[in-house]
Amino acid sequence: MEIPYTTKPRPDTALYNAKVGIWLFLASEVMLFGALFSSYILLRVGADPKLVWPALAAWPHHSDGLLNVPMGAINTLVLIVSSVTVVMAWVSLKLKDFNKFFIFQGVTIVCAMGFCAIKSFEYAAKFSHYHVVLNDGTAMTGHLEPKQYFTTDKKLRAANVAEIEFVKDPAPGHGHAAAGSAAAAHDDHKPVKIKMADVQRLTFWGPQQSTYFAIYFTMTGLHALHVIGGALVIAYLWIPGARMWKTDPERFTNRVKVCGLFWHFVDLVWIFLFPVLYLL
Amino acid sequence: MAQQTTAHGAHTEHGGHDHHELSFWRKYVFSTDHKVIGLQYGLTAFCFMLIGLFLMLAMRWQMAYPGKALPIVGGLLQAILGDLWVGKDAAGVPGVMLPDLYNSFGAMHGTIMVFLAIVPIGVGAFGNYVVPLQIGAPDMAFPRLNMVSYQSYLLGGLLMLASFVMPAGAAKSGWTSYSPLATVNDLTHAINGQTMWLIGMVFNISASLLGSINFVTTIIQLRAKGMNWMRLPFFVWAEFVTAFLLILAFPPLEAAAAMQLVDNLTGSSFFLPSGMVVSGQPLNISGGGSPLLWQHLFWFLGHPEVYILLLPAIGIVAEVIANNTRKPLWGYRSMVYGVLAIGFLSFIVWAHHMYLTGMGTKISTFFQTTTMMISIPSVILLTCLFISLWGGSIRFNVPMLFSLAFLVMFGIGGITGLPLGFNASDIQLHDTYYVIAHFHYVVAPGIIFGFFAGVYYWYPKMTGRYLNEFWGKVHFWLSLIFMNAVFFPMFIQGLAGMHRRMSDGGATYALSNPQNQGVADGLSDFVINLNKHISWAALCLAIAQIPFILNLFISIKKGQKTNSDNPWKSTTLEWQTPTPPGHGNFDVVPNVYRGPYEYSVPGAKDDFTTQNELPARKSDTKNTSAK
Repeated sequence: MEIPYTTKPRPDTALYNAKVGIWLFLASEVMLFGALFSSYILLRVGADPKLVWPALAAWPHHSDGLLNVPMGAINTLVLIVSSVTVVMAWVSLKLKDFNKFFIFQGVTIVCAMGFCAIKSFEYAAKFSHYHVVLNDGTAMTGHLEPKQYFTTDKKLRAANVAEIEFVKDPAPGHGHAAAGSAAAAHDDHKPVKIKMADVQRLTFWGPQQSTYFAIYFTMTGLHALHVIGGALVIAYLWIPGARMWKTDPERFTNRVKVCGLFWHFVDLVWIFLFPVLYLL
Repeated sequence: MAQQTTAHGAHTEHGGHDHHELSFWRKYVFSTDHKVIGLQYGLTAFCFMLIGLFLMLAMRWQMAYPGKALPIVGGLLQAILGDLWVGKDAAGVPGVMLPDLYNSFGAMHGTIMVFLAIVPIGVGAFGNYVVPLQIGAPDMAFPRLNMVSYQSYLLGGLLMLASFVMPAGAAKSGWTSYSPLATVNDLTHAINGQTMWLIGMVFNISASLLGSINFVTTIIQLRAKGMNWMRLPFFVWAEFVTAFLLILAFPPLEAAAAMQLVDNLTGSSFFLPSGMVVSGQPLNISGGGSPLLWQHLFWFLGHPEVYILLLPAIGIVAEVIANNTRKPLWGYRSMVYGVLAIGFLSFIVWAHHMYLTGMGTKISTFFQTTTMMISIPSVILLTCLFISLWGGSIRFNVPMLFSLAFLVMFGIGGITGLPLGFNASDIQLHDTYYVIAHFHYVVAPGIIFGFFAGVYYWYPKMTGRYLNEFWGKVHFWLSLIFMNAVFFPMFIQGLAGMHRRMSDGGATYALSNPQNQGVADGLSDFVINLNKHISWAALCLAIAQIPFILNLFISIKKGQKTNSDNPWKSTTLEWQTPTPPGHGNFDVVPNVYRGPYEYSVPGAKDDFTTQNELPARKSDTKNTSAK
């Protein structure tokens, strides 16, 4: 039994099966990320406008500098480059130049890995950055001294910590306070001592810290999963799947194209994520 | 056609093109054949449906006889679930459902019936089995994806079932899982029933996505030569629109499930507002979330979901009616445009489930308007099917009986939905038994009857034997009577103001003002006593399914054999395959020359002309195109 139109396009639709399939899949992906972007809008519009970051439940402004804009910009560039190379890989196959395909496909994988590396560096900085609310209602952000990851007031109390050393971030608006870069961590601000008895809520910058970080981690996390998934498929087509080039070059070229379509979508999502999360 | 049967009798079960032997695992468990996957979906979903039925019976007992131990299964339930969920009655007999367990059963009854039973039967089973046959395709466009879809569905379903026996129990916040309740009702367990529900849903949604992408691609790409869009059987159109609804409506729920999962696992507050207090303790959360957001995302799926449930059933009914009236469907084109209109409109009606959330009168008005608009194409479909009966020489066989009952029962379900679509009357009826009665009329004697019609209709194609006609009729009449005995009294209870989620069937509420019973506060004895009637009717309904189940299995070996590949004398292509169709379906790739319902064409040699029958003379083609 042969399934028709796996490689050759059907005359009246001018499409082969996988192309229809991937566009439908992308339609569902648009709805998936569309729902998350809509949630972002609803949560942001619904946030109390009177609250100012770092107050609890306040929606931060980009000038509060929570995210590392240069890193996000570099990542945008990395993904755009990978989008170009993924097309070039397909074009190379169309020109019957397998060696060039091999190079371009390889560059795409390097870009994907670079993106994930930069992203994990950003994530790590968030997980060692803290938000503290004192019993008198003061809220502030900064680092623990020495550096600690994933800590909350609950964990510190369970470990019978009576006092913490806290390095406050510079006041919001200075712009470069973000994300635990080396400059921010070793600012000339001296650590202050805070008694745990005075702390109402202490938590790292994870999803539980605020609705903003919740949507940030959900969207970028889901996007990162897509990057990893896409990179795995590209890597499969790079070496083990490339054997098909010898047996059925047209079908292999189609596979590279379909995979490339998905990769473009992943890039496109980031093109929206970057301004929405980093710049607004 | 009879010749084909004999020619393929030699290969017993699997004729067709593929003659190489597959191992048991590849043939029945990890099969890529759309027909095997269809049967896998059907049987699994049927098991889930029986589990859902059992949950319902247990709940019905609790409502009719609150505080009394469940007969027969009570002790067993306690042994499986433990004292935390099942208590003892006044006499010390174990087996009383505690309210938490009632909530669990309620939530899981809805979830299992909607997501694990009806959708998989309508789309996974009937769609998988019939659509490629009806369009003349050798298989689905992506057979391996089809297999993964079933495996993912099975895994999601098993995860949900597993949650029953986990220490935290199953999800218990309704099948709609409204936050904040769903997020905060079990703060002691890291992995609670809700978490399992969400993980199960993610697998189930992924299964639906893979399946529906496959359907749309198959219908666009693999239609046989000459099978243009207006020659598609209506069932294929119904599945086509259903698949689009699944592709576009399910992802927002997947997003919502991901967000609720993040809420549950990390303590974030997507759906939790500031200042939440649980059991007197302020929650240590950031707040700033929106409970309304969950409801919007849920119902953005939830309403198209209603049509995802309905359309396959109405497609089956259209096939059965055209076949058994021996007439073309009246208004085939209007039905196609109607089903497309339903598809579009179903995306803009979701908030009619949310009139009482305080989202605002302007938004309510908008959704009230769109809700009334969507009833127009629904009525077009139903009217076309009714008019199709006019003047036909109807064969009252079992599939036809179920289809006829579908028309009436679905009609009742649809019409009683209108008062829920209007803001003003919904304020009174919201969350009462009226709602339960309304949507069960749509789903149980409506959609499930449609599925029964499909089983009786296509069973001869799947096995080469008929289901027993007499027991089929017994099954039909008993089901029809008891369905109505179960669901009609619920309208009365609902209009009397009985709330839908009371674990004692309203007994406590009835006592809320003893001096004034049955007047304004509380519920009258009559309304409370209806619970008992409903519960016994529900038990009878369950018993009435036994002839069906036995019929289904005994007829595989003992049923009356069909005398041709096309026993119902049908026009559509699925009857042009050997019986049962082998891997690859068609012996000769069919060419299509005419529309799907050419019954009783004047001048034709039979009262049906199959879609792949060659146009004999020029005058014949003229006749058909003039229609």
